Amino acid sequence: MRLQLDVWRQQDASDAGRFERYQVDQAGPEMSVLELLDLLNAQLVDEGREPVAFDHDCREGICGSCGVMVEGRPHGPVDYTPSCLQRLRSFSEGDTVRIEPFRSEAFPVLRDLVVDRSGLDRIVASGGYVSTPTNAAPEAVTMPVNRDEADQAMDFAACIGCGACVAACPNAAAQLFTGAKVAHLASLPQGQVERAERVRNMVDTMEADFGSCTNLGECEPACPADIPLRVIAEMNTEYRKALWRHRRTEEPDRRGIRWLSRLRTGPWWQSDPDERPPGGG
Amino acid sequence: MIADLDQRRAVGPEIHGAAPTGDLAELWENHQLDLKLVNPPNRRKFKVIVVGTGLAGAGAAATLSELGYQVEAFTFHDAPRRAHSVAAQGGINAAKGYKADGDSVERFFRDTVKGGDFRAREADAYRLSELSVRVIDHMTAQGVPFAREYGGGIATRSFGGVQVSRTFYARGQTGQQLQIAGSQQLLKEVGAGRLTLHTRTEMLDLIVSEGRAVGIVVRDLVTGEIRPVTAHAVVLATGGYGNAYFKSTLAKSSNVSATWRAHKRGALFANPCYVQFHPTSLPLNSEWQSKVTLMSESLRNDGRVWVPKEPGDTRPPNEIPEEERDYYLERLYPSFGNLAPRDISSRAAKAQLDAGKGVGPLRNGVYLDFSDAIARLGRKTIEDRYSNLFELYIDATGEDPWTEPMRIAPGPHFVMGGLWTDYDGMSSIPGLFVGGEASFNYHGANRLGANSLLSASVDGWFVLPWTVPNYLAPQLGTDPLPEDHPDVQATVRDVREQIDALLSVGGTRGPDYFHKELGDLLWDHVGVERNGHSLAKGADAIRDLREEFWRDVRVVGHGQQLNQELERAGRVADFLEMGELMALDALDREESAGAHFRTEYQTEEGEAQRDDEHWASTSAWAPAGPDGRPVRRSEPLTFERIALATRSYK
Repeated sequence: MRLQLDVWRQQDASDAGRFERYQVDQAGPEMSVLELLDLLNAQLVDEGREPVAFDHDCREGICGSCGVMVEGRPHGPVDYTPSCLQRLRSFSEGDTVRIEPFRSEAFPVLRDLVVDRSGLDRIVASGGYVSTPTNAAPEAVTMPVNRDEADQAMDFAACIGCGACVAACPNAAAQLFTGAKVAHLASLPQGQVERAERVRNMVDTMEADFGSCTNLGECEPACPADIPLRVIAEMNTEYRKALWRHRRTEEPDRRGIRWLSRLRTGPWWQSDPDERPPGGG
Repeated sequence: MIADLDQRRAVGPEIHGAAPTGDLAELWENHQLDLKLVNPPNRRKFKVIVVGTGLAGAGAAATLSELGYQVEAFTFHDAPRRAHSVAAQGGINAAKGYKADGDSVERFFRDTVKGGDFRAREADAYRLSELSVRVIDHMTAQGVPFAREYGGGIATRSFGGVQVSRTFYARGQTGQQLQIAGSQQLLKEVGAGRLTLHTRTEMLDLIVSEGRAVGIVVRDLVTGEIRPVTAHAVVLATGGYGNAYFKSTLAKSSNVSATWRAHKRGALFANPCYVQFHPTSLPLNSEWQSKVTLMSESLRNDGRVWVPKEPGDTRPPNEIPEEERDYYLERLYPSFGNLAPRDISSRAAKAQLDAGKGVGPLRNGVYLDFSDAIARLGRKTIEDRYSNLFELYIDATGEDPWTEPMRIAPGPHFVMGGLWTDYDGMSSIPGLFVGGEASFNYHGANRLGANSLLSASVDGWFVLPWTVPNYLAPQLGTDPLPEDHPDVQATVRDVREQIDALLSVGGTRGPDYFHKELGDLLWDHVGVERNGHSLAKGADAIRDLREEFWRDVRVVGHGQQLNQELERAGRVADFLEMGELMALDALDREESAGAHFRTEYQTEEGEAQRDDEHWASTSAWAPAGPDGRPVRRSEPLTFERIALATRSYK
């Protein structure tokens, strides 16, 4: 099948960028959007022109590398599906297909269809984990988990980190991404100890880089991992509870026993003063 | 023997893996006492480079950072979570023995060695089995949502090649969940300001000075900047080279460059010919298909493999009556049936295809039929187990496995070969450590299903953080080489020259063309089955193709920008060299073992015929000398705990 492609071309972050029109003659209905770009690139390279840069890797919908706007929709016309699994069945002979990068202020364009999604990792780095030093874990079955709850945690943990939720959101909010991680760890016993601190830090970091959620729900159908919209509500509840808990634990004077902490300040009990936890000792 | 083998390679002295001796069950524990320690306040005086952020890399980087070392981690991806560990579906093995089915550390060890067709180091395989238990504890504590039993315990299932249930899983996304947990730990260290992470940064060379690995040269993939990074030690956890076949189950950017360039700096490359073909990948439907899609092997738990009894039977599967179907795995291997090990399943499938019994539009697959399991267990149960895999299949093929059998075919999947390492995970270059699929040590000639996530996890979390400090300890008081050191500058220069060379060929074909051609050559000559004559031909053809590449490749664009063609060209150049060594190693190893099946060496029943007298060894290749011949060295393998036996899955 013959398709016209309007593809966003941009040399680098400083370039203004523009759409360029190409024609591909041998597109097939089983091809993915990325294979269409492969085909276009093979054509461009044959002509000695620079191929279209785009992120991609596993092509099985699990790595989260790929993500382009197809006809104004993150990943493509089919809901809940990543670019690599968006088939050209959605299009027919002679169609014009517009392909551009994820559009979001939080995701600056690096080149053509490649964007910088490192803001998502900054959210994770601020708290999206369980602090378990290697070799410190107890025997795994000592912490039983209800089967349905484990299943639910798995639903939330399925996020592939592609950023389509942000691209879909008119506010460029990352609530679905952040909510998925918060809900995943909050629903397991392993996540309880840092539960309040985690959501506080993650939400605060998110707010710094991304827009705010106004409950439009555009993100949910864009999500290839089927993360449900309710993770946002769960995150908001968690956040409110965490603020409350924060107030309770932060306010009292936590100096410890005065005479004891005076006596025990200093390097004698710890050989490396730099290794003291922030605010501790 | 192939007449010209001696003209193709030289033979060097034996090499030894420095595994301690004694009772295997106490080996690792005793060895830990021998490993030197670094005092906590001294740890931040050491800098360690970790390349790759998959399970092995993220684990090693996060743990070393937790311990207090300065760690710099590198990935060519935009985020650590993208590493290819993310794609493993089926599960991770561990000898927990949660089911009363007779499993134990010892049994798991035996299965691994036996599955590897007695071509792995006993000591390493035992440690893998022993530490598997800790991996499950650690990953559970990180919040990996492993599947659970009704009572809250952790569920397991059985996997190809074994008769016990020891595979832990998180739906069909086990690799993803372990990988995300690993990258979260890595990012935790980044967030705490203890670890520096460089994304979109590719390692292009290893810096060796006075015989030690002292750093790497990297290219910033966005700006094109090339710069050296020096450290006290380098860890490579950069995955396997299965993409040499172009159409493999690997992610598109997986490549051999980091390990290959380390090899060119002198690191021995072990067993390059051991490539596992996954029996349950989707058969290719057409030319434009960009890769082989992998279906998890766990499907074989409930699916039955069959082909029509008559060659050339083109009837739709549901119209072929039961008595005209050949359930060949159940027939040939009654005790393992559809769960026969991967190499056996792949080869058996290839035999059916060669006999003209292939199914599907290109007659290039066999059926995997769930109708019995659906009738027996109900649709709900099958949905619970495999829903995402079924969806993947429907999407990729437009066919419905609920009503007609799936089609599957063997596809290149995992490489058991990799950089040679000793028991401590250190390569033949002191200071260069290797973990995960980039390494070679656990799987022998064939890897058990669900052992790859395990080996990467064990290396990353539980081996390298113990052994790297042992190497660092005596270097206290030394600094990493300064960037203006002649050895550093020379390596940077080499990298620049190679990039300039690629950009200046100015030929007529893009790198993908050569990659596809290489893939076809490897599939034909170094595939599921090999023979001496064809391997020699393949090696020559690969060499010719490499020469053509350097005459005719066209790399569009320049080097000071994000240039994916340039990235690909460099990787293809390395694959073209690697491919020849794969063929040479397969030619050199005059026996069949595990996934390496030489048609000249088979039993009367058509099974792999090992030659333990001459080939109970690991081949470790040194780069070509001045005469152009790579040098094969051997590490002899001894089996004390488990007697050498012929594998039988009958």
